[in-house]
Amino acid sequence: MITLEDYETALSMRYSPEIKAKIQSARVSVAGLGGLGSNIAVYLARAGIGTLHLVDFDTVDITNLNRQQYDICDIGTLKTEALAAKIKRFNPFINIVTCCAKVTETNAAQIFGQYPIICEAFDKAESKAMLINTVLTQCSSKIIAASGMAGLYSPNLIITQRITDNLYLCGDSKHEVSDKTPLFAPRVALCAAHQAVTALQIITGNEEL
Amino acid sequence: MITVNGMELEYSDNLLSLLKHLNYRIDRIAVEINGSIIKKSDYSKTDLHSGDKIEIVSFVGGG
Repeated sequence: MITLEDYETALSMRYSPEIKAKIQSARVSVAGLGGLGSNIAVYLARAGIGTLHLVDFDTVDITNLNRQQYDICDIGTLKTEALAAKIKRFNPFINIVTCCAKVTETNAAQIFGQYPIICEAFDKAESKAMLINTVLTQCSSKIIAASGMAGLYSPNLIITQRITDNLYLCGDSKHEVSDKTPLFAPRVALCAAHQAVTALQIITGNEEL
Repeated sequence: MITVNGMELEYSDNLLSLLKHLNYRIDRIAVEINGSIIKKSDYSKTDLHSGDKIEIVSFVGGG
């Protein structure tokens, strides 16, 4: 069994006191817990983020297992619950807030407004655009969005751009999921990693973009 | 002359007509003019002026 003291000592071995304080006081919301969101959440939880807000309305099914952080025993379980349980197995010391809801133009500001950093990890283009437009016009949060990670195109096409003060965009901006260009775990995870790195850059004040 | 995603363009109508002219799908984009995000409901009321810098972010599906 790992104690809180063990955990704190391990973090102190990895981070300077300043970085540790910034990471442990950070609050990040993850909108959508699929191939992008489940990976972003795991990366941030392993980094020791203070509060992680996990938002999804759906349950785990068999088609998720090729690229998302779930197991066969999770099928039928809410993604919010399955992912929170997974994270607790490697880091029980962070604060996880779950929200099982379908995000709309009407409820987005209420769901996400209190989080200074939001990672957009939806699957549909329309849902992505809706969240970005709603957050940027109604909240003061920074949002890290993703667009273009399907197929087996070069991983080097996946980049991070800063579009405005509060909008970052990760992905190749081009390759949409379709019958001919399915999603593959490593390319989706690459995009998720870009989003997680961007969140950590903002948190630590190391914004190099 | 306006700038759209870094490209110079001669256009003087409102934002909505520019987006239609460039064949954008309105429900899949976010638009910023001179650093400010524009509400979707304001697209048709937003006149474009010479010197405006317009960034159109177009989203594709997958996640």
